Amino acid sequence: MPEAAIQLIGINKSFGPVHANRDINLEVPKGTIHGIIGENGAGKSTLMSILYGFYQADSGEIKVNGKTASIKTPNDAIAVGIGMVHQHFMLVDNFSVLENIILGAEGEALLKSSIAKARSELTRLEHEYGLEVDPDALIEELPVGLQQRVEILKALYRGADILILDEPTGVLTPPEADHLFRILKMLKDEGKTVVLITHKLREIMAITDNVSVMRQGTMVATRKTSETTVGELAELMVGRRVLLRVEKGEAKPGAVKLSVKNLTVKDSRKVTMVDDVSFDIHAGEIVGIAGVAGNGQSELIEAISGIRRAVSGSVMLDSKPIDVVGIADPGELRDRGLAHVPEDRHHVGLVLPFEENENSILGYHDKPQYLKGAFLDLDAIVEDAKAKIAAYDIRPTNPHLKTANFSGGNQQKIVLAREMEQDPGVLIVGQPTRGVDVGAIEFIHKRLIAMRDAGKAVLVISVELDEIRSLSDRILVMFAGRIVGERGSDATEGELGLLMAGVEQKEAAE
Amino acid sequence: MSTPFAKLPRWVDYGVIPVVNLLMAFIVAGIVVLLVGENPLRAAWAMIDGAFGSGRNIAYTLYFATFFIFTGLAVAVALHAGLFNIGGEGQAFVGGLGVGIVALALDRYVPWYITFPVAIAAAALFGALWALIPAYLQAYRGSHIVITTIMFNYIAGSLMVFMLNNPLKPLGSMAPQTRMFEAGAQLPKLNWIFGLLGMQVRSSPLNITFLLALVTAFLIWLLIWRTRFGYELRTLGHSPKAARYAGMSEKRIVIITMLISGGLAGMMALNPVMGDQHNVSLDFVAGAGFVGIAVALIGRGHPAGIVVAAILFGALYQGGTELSFQMPDITRDMIVIIQGLVILFAGALEHMFRPWIQTLFATLSPKSMNLGVAKGA
Repeated sequence: MPEAAIQLIGINKSFGPVHANRDINLEVPKGTIHGIIGENGAGKSTLMSILYGFYQADSGEIKVNGKTASIKTPNDAIAVGIGMVHQHFMLVDNFSVLENIILGAEGEALLKSSIAKARSELTRLEHEYGLEVDPDALIEELPVGLQQRVEILKALYRGADILILDEPTGVLTPPEADHLFRILKMLKDEGKTVVLITHKLREIMAITDNVSVMRQGTMVATRKTSETTVGELAELMVGRRVLLRVEKGEAKPGAVKLSVKNLTVKDSRKVTMVDDVSFDIHAGEIVGIAGVAGNGQSELIEAISGIRRAVSGSVMLDSKPIDVVGIADPGELRDRGLAHVPEDRHHVGLVLPFEENENSILGYHDKPQYLKGAFLDLDAIVEDAKAKIAAYDIRPTNPHLKTANFSGGNQQKIVLAREMEQDPGVLIVGQPTRGVDVGAIEFIHKRLIAMRDAGKAVLVISVELDEIRSLSDRILVMFAGRIVGERGSDATEGELGLLMAGVEQKEAAE
Repeated sequence: MSTPFAKLPRWVDYGVIPVVNLLMAFIVAGIVVLLVGENPLRAAWAMIDGAFGSGRNIAYTLYFATFFIFTGLAVAVALHAGLFNIGGEGQAFVGGLGVGIVALALDRYVPWYITFPVAIAAAALFGALWALIPAYLQAYRGSHIVITTIMFNYIAGSLMVFMLNNPLKPLGSMAPQTRMFEAGAQLPKLNWIFGLLGMQVRSSPLNITFLLALVTAFLIWLLIWRTRFGYELRTLGHSPKAARYAGMSEKRIVIITMLISGGLAGMMALNPVMGDQHNVSLDFVAGAGFVGIAVALIGRGHPAGIVVAAILFGALYQGGTELSFQMPDITRDMIVIIQGLVILFAGALEHMFRPWIQTLFATLSPKSMNLGVAKGA
């Protein structure tokens, strides 16, 4: 066993109530490429930020090259030879490559000598690793692939032996990504250690020596890449949660309630997140969309519910179009019977500083039963909130309590109660039980199935594969913005896991 | 609840912490007074006595407070929607133009109680219109409201210089101001209230606008916490994403909120223009627009808190004036320093003593903290 370049022992980190890293142990052997894989929010970036000195661990120990290191700031990390290439580049756009490279390592008051030194050093690095960049080009004129190269050069210029790359291929085209991988291999051959954070299984298989899987803040497994499979990694990433299967009868699908045709959605960076997606949902069925987080599910439901503009495509609600490309408005869609439980209840579904009763009308605050002219009918609102608190067993039972003081499960019940009690024809639910305790999970699942049995169309997206399998009558799998397969509720976890990992059917059969 | 940011009982939140902050401000101000070579205790007494020592002094304090209630409310309404309107100065200035035009047009023909409502409407309208352009730029063009409102302060200044030098200046006059209003545009004083309390006040500028300010504070409380629009405004202020999700139009809320905010700032002009000076001059706003920011912050954005904070600042103004009379070594600039310290400790450093007070409470009486959580509505 070669000596470990990095050793993390018992790292813990919490942000308020969120335990982002829980007892993390990790060993990265010297001169290897080590992948860290996990879904968005699994705690990968937090862990690397601790290693690079952006955050302090609450407890635990970091050893670099066998020696205990106290890393309190990025400067400490650089001092022990750790360099980081961030997902979002930390470059000054209107500086030249050289100026960016010496940024923070300027040395003297006058730049002349340090620039000259950087120039010769840069030439050496370029020769050694094939990292060609014009040292006098302005950053803003360089394509992203080259900007990333500047980031790598910055780290090497500071004498990094250990290079951390956070989602490096997110912004790259496939040829640029291939080039990056060649560079990383070359760095490895020179004896550098590389830590690669990603949620893309392909990259892990293509380039790493070892891979560690994170899920919900814990390190669930470390494997030799040559001894594992995409399927195993996918399963480890998504995880198997012990979940009571809720009893449910056969679905009795009726007419089409919601019909999505050729929907394409881009995010704010103009990256296509939903790519030509089509599907129908009938009355009286639950359709689940499975997928590793970040494959377009969020953007899909945001576009359907009018929060995000689509680029092209059409959506029909009860055979009447929703203007998803133009002016679809969540308020108008509510009036037409489309309710939406958003994925992010803290910032979207609820206003946490509001009282519970105020949140119980969010989005329905313009309904006449809650108003007296221009004024809110506080008595009616509080009565209504009390009725929902009783019906959904929300605790504590005080409708005047600040919403932030409720637990995650109870907050989710507040949102669900609000959306379900308006008796919508179509219910879209994002992550129905994220951060929700086991008791509430069962309750929420039963409610969703009751909606289905009452003849409503329900669309569920969840990163919990078990939840999707337990709830859905039909399962659609999304990968890289496309729907790559449809299965019944009897689909196995392995089968879905492979689809979620983007493994083509033919490959899967092999 | 072992977290350091556990909630405090309300009386500590709204009572103890502001008092501690104020005391700190006065202690540091006292050191400054000491450095000038005066006795800080005597200075403090001169100030308190100057602000509250007689009916006349109280009347002056409340007259100044009237300015700050309006500008404080203007800042607070915008702040609840997540907008930082620092253009109160300019909006009040232009509001004064509206008041002046109405007063000049009506004062010779109708009694003050006819002129007053029209002038209120004109003040609010002119102030609101002055806020409309920054609001539009924010809502539709994404230009930051802080930048545009502050720039509009300067434009307002120039506009008023032009108006008072050209169209509104009486023929033959040398000063950049309008003619004096006749009785039809002079608001009644409130000196009689002090008469009821057994205090003789022969002359003070305190006028009926003070009562208008109190009524307005109540109406703004109703608007923010009891109306549908207030609900939307607060939702946007806390979470633009939630507002979008709930189908609220951010553009509409931004525009209407800024119109209300500008209107409130504009109404400030009634106090000096119709209540005291009885003309429109170049200096009637006198920084009240900016003080409104501090008042809104110290008053925690709540109209009741704003009234209290406005009276505090009124006392600082009035008490400070008296102080500089009595102690010539303490100049007007020193008063500004003391006011600045209050803003610093009560506004900007609001949270400085909070952790200590929280720790203190957690050790002394853990029960009261828990009670605070359960009650903390």
